Amino acid sequence: LMSVAGTRIALADVEATDKFIMEFTGGKKPETGKITLTAPEIAENGNTVPVSVEVESAMIDGDLVESVLLVADGNPNPDVATFHFTAMSGTAAATTRMRLAKTQNVIAVAKMADGSVFMDKKEVKVTIGGCGG
Amino acid sequence: MAAKPKPRIKVPKEAKAGEVISLKTLISHEMESGQRKDKEGKVIPRKIINKFACEFNGAPVFSCDIDPAISANPYFEFTAKVSESGTFKFTWTDDDGSVYTDEHEITVN
Repeated sequence: LMSVAGTRIALADVEATDKFIMEFTGGKKPETGKITLTAPEIAENGNTVPVSVEVESAMIDGDLVESVLLVADGNPNPDVATFHFTAMSGTAAATTRMRLAKTQNVIAVAKMADGSVFMDKKEVKVTIGGCGG
Repeated sequence: MAAKPKPRIKVPKEAKAGEVISLKTLISHEMESGQRKDKEGKVIPRKIINKFACEFNGAPVFSCDIDPAISANPYFEFTAKVSESGTFKFTWTDDDGSVYTDEHEITVN
């Protein structure tokens, strides 16, 4: 019974995260490729987990990354951050540090100027959660 | 009350025209998520930096919408392509409406 209840909660989180991604992409299902998300396999401290995203792009008119959405499917809310790039960024790459409440998937979704969307996903195992009080 | 947020920035002093340089930014801030409770079980109100932006000579380079899942002392590392000498301006916007800024000059040969 415990595992059934646990599964249901996990699914609800995943559904909320999917909905959030679909709002970002305008309903378009993201393809794999072009975007690389880098995160540790195991995070000992969920309070500060380094995450990096990089999208293949020339970052010129005709081949430009507009934004990258970062979400996590096991936090109290899925949203983490949204990066906005311009041609002056030179590359579509950014690094930040995030909180993870527990072991979960971190997902990065890139939106290109031509409307195409790409995603990458990494599971991060968390030893000590980062949302406690 | 926490101390006034203090930015720390790393920008190269010089670059070649057309070079893509790396910028590192951090600002001291507790980033209270709105998820924590105090000893009496009351929710501690959310107070985070919700937006970061970097401009070069007035043109947008990189910005970020920030949610409570970003760690305390928010850190951002990103790149900029520079074609002329000028000034990077960094802006952080707090939930309470405060705006914190910092500027760095770069010489481009």
